[in-house]
Amino acid sequence: MAKIMETAIEADRGLPVIRITRDFAATPHQLFRAHTDPALFAQWVGPSVMSTRIEHWDARTGGSWRYLSAHDGAEFGFHGCFHEVRQDRIVQTFTFEGDPDGVALQTLWFEDVGDGYTRLHAQSLVDSFESRDAWLASGMETGVNEGYAKLERMIADGAL
Amino acid sequence: MPADTLSRVFFALADPTRRDMVARLAEGDATVSRLAEPYRMTLQAVYKHLGVLEDAGLVSRPPGPQPRSVRLETDAFNLLDTWIERYRRQAELRYRRLDEVLAAMNEPDRDGAEHGEDHGDGHRG
Repeated sequence: MAKIMETAIEADRGLPVIRITRDFAATPHQLFRAHTDPALFAQWVGPSVMSTRIEHWDARTGGSWRYLSAHDGAEFGFHGCFHEVRQDRIVQTFTFEGDPDGVALQTLWFEDVGDGYTRLHAQSLVDSFESRDAWLASGMETGVNEGYAKLERMIADGAL
Repeated sequence: MPADTLSRVFFALADPTRRDMVARLAEGDATVSRLAEPYRMTLQAVYKHLGVLEDAGLVSRPPGPQPRSVRLETDAFNLLDTWIERYRRQAELRYRRLDEVLAAMNEPDRDGAEHGEDHGDGHRG
């Protein structure tokens, strides 16, 4: 199967949905851990200019989570519920506390594509096209250049 | 493109009739009556759909001989793609950080101290 090593994204034009697909050199279990272990999750969820502080984390079916992202003295809160947590699939809600009425339903699943690779499928359903556009528009300027700098360091360190 | 313009674009394209109109206009300009032919709706209703597409900047009716033709504005689609591409890049950066985390999980001699007490085993599976 051809690998998707660059994030592929699809903004459905008929539904307020964003779909993301990407392959990782990892097992489904490792991807599951990276999404459910708070210490691991905090390492990659936000741009490195932001520090992520997990306030609450119960990655079980029926559990919930909350974390704070801080940058330049400003803090942004996010919270949601774990609706379903399985080794191959996570269904959760996501709310940015700056827009407390807005909620996205996120479905993640991990597909073993062979050769030691796992495909991450991430689908976000929001409650209106306006909300999705706000998502698409949000925070786009953060971390692009420093992200590439970090990637170069990772390659230099042999992490990639 | 300001966020409210993008909202109008998405809103305009959320309707199947308007998507069909856009698809047909992609093949070439058409007059309103020609555009209305396949739809079971009044000409008024067709004008209403066109108004939504026009507000979103997706189509225009440039001045010219009557009856004026409706034209697809491809620039609006390019701007939409630009927004989606920026969002995609942001997701890609997040996943490169995840690559790094996953690579660290594979290092057999990692003592796990950085990952918290629950994961002293370093790697499973």
